[in-house]
Amino acid sequence: MATTEEVQKLAALARIRISGSDLEKFTREFDAILAYVGQLEKLDVKVGTDAERPALRNVMRADGSSRSKSDFERDEPHAAGAYTEKLAAQFPSREGDALVVKQIITHD
Amino acid sequence: MTKRPNEMTIGEAAHALRARSLTVRELWDTCAEAARTRNPELNAYLELFDADEAVIDAAQIRIDTEKEAAPLLCGIPLAIKDNILIEGHIASAASKMLENYRATYDATVIRKLKERGALFVGRTNMDEFAMGSSTEHSAFGPTKNPHDTSRVPGGSSGGSAAAVAAHLCIAALGTDTGGSIRQPAALTGLAGLKPTYGAVSRSGAIALGSSLDQIGPLTKTIEDAHILYEAIRGLDPLDSTTIPDDLYPARSISAKLRIGVPRHLLAENITPDVRAAFDAALAALEKEGHTIVDVELPTSVHALAAYYVIQPAEASANLARYDGVRYGLAKRGETLLDDYLDSRTEGFGSETRRRILLGTFVLSSGYIDAYYRKADAARAVLRREYEKAFEKCDVVAFPTTLSPAFKFGEKGDPVSMYLEDIFTVTANLTGAPAISVPMGTVEREGRRLPVGIHFTAPHQAEHILFAIGNAVESARNA
Repeated sequence: MATTEEVQKLAALARIRISGSDLEKFTREFDAILAYVGQLEKLDVKVGTDAERPALRNVMRADGSSRSKSDFERDEPHAAGAYTEKLAAQFPSREGDALVVKQIITHD
Repeated sequence: MTKRPNEMTIGEAAHALRARSLTVRELWDTCAEAARTRNPELNAYLELFDADEAVIDAAQIRIDTEKEAAPLLCGIPLAIKDNILIEGHIASAASKMLENYRATYDATVIRKLKERGALFVGRTNMDEFAMGSSTEHSAFGPTKNPHDTSRVPGGSSGGSAAAVAAHLCIAALGTDTGGSIRQPAALTGLAGLKPTYGAVSRSGAIALGSSLDQIGPLTKTIEDAHILYEAIRGLDPLDSTTIPDDLYPARSISAKLRIGVPRHLLAENITPDVRAAFDAALAALEKEGHTIVDVELPTSVHALAAYYVIQPAEASANLARYDGVRYGLAKRGETLLDDYLDSRTEGFGSETRRRILLGTFVLSSGYIDAYYRKADAARAVLRREYEKAFEKCDVVAFPTTLSPAFKFGEKGDPVSMYLEDIFTVTANLTGAPAISVPMGTVEREGRRLPVGIHFTAPHQAEHILFAIGNAVESARNA
């Protein structure tokens, strides 16, 4: 059984606020969902063995080589700076091309 | 021909354009006018785009000069789900979080469609961030089913499905994470294809469950699904999960197909008239010379549970990027933490928040073995069971859904909504391609409502899905 405290804790971890009446509802629904997905307990598979190794794995692009080479040679999908203005236009607050954020380290 | 241009299929419209019995301008105008007229009632589109005169003119010139060599999609008006980026247009994923987010680049599928001269009528409604099976979780109101406006069109690609079914475009793109193309296709009487995982680039698709998501077509015919699929597929350097054409062994088929039916999965819950329609569709295929074989897929009974562990886990990770700092809804409070909390609380709807919490839970250190790792292992077992089944059949068949389109508000509790995906999620877990094909109608309150038959094929065997889809279409017309 999930408790309202546990759901509140998850919400805090996920950076979401859940207010009073919603909290009860979410907890109730959470219980129902966990009861359903809990049927996995009955499933007899050995986690971590070769046979059950997931078919998918993460694939990373190779790091670009020296910045002095052209973008084409570095195998970059586009030239540096090509999207700077478009992306910066989406910033909630900007100074030039810089994103303005709240100060997080204080001196007091 | 009595069909209005907007009622045509891609194949019919392409033919009419080349025969000069129709111009690109007329085709666009009839689609755009139908969309303007009916959208206030259906809410299929979140936004209708203005006519792009230059693109319309260019498409006409291309058809006039290249004639038969011009791409089939040249001059064809399409609808695009609101989680696929079109440069310069808003892409909101039907969320308050991205209500004002303007795409900074084209998704790869959009670039491919633009290269072929396709036109875009607008962006279509969906469940927020593609989580849902009815479009009731859209932040901008639900979409209505054109077959009965008191009922849902399915989801999450419900806007795309309604737009095609009501002829407010010729065809559409959706995305499918657990059934979000196939289930709405079934509930609106369309063909809907979820390609093999990696067949179509997701560059420029707003991520939900990254090991599950695929982009695919919702169309009036199997032929159209094939045309649209061929246009968008292929290896893409911008998506490292895309696969080369020969990754999986090629499967050849004869004219007569072997259809595997997992009867043990069909025992419960399917409404009797849907079951009858399914049996009738199989009987019609048998009459055409195809064979029905029994297959066993024992772990499939746990597929939905595994899905509702893996999908929320991936969704919670993907949606962590929406923090009110760089783009999207940005609320400002006392501290930086308040900025996060306020932006995410106001930006996300209740289903999105529910899944983020669920994902956070199943990934937390005390539970990751019991839930996430177990579900991931189940996935490998499912895949193996399907491989075994495909040794004796070409496709696996079941109904796409348990019942036809339901009424708004009918599935208020989350688990009953999740059960809508019970048959469709397995193909996302295994990565196999799957299609929903119309298999007739059932009656509810005096109205005929469409239902679909669902086929899964081995990886990269989309050609088998088109073959069986065509067989269903011709058996129904026979």
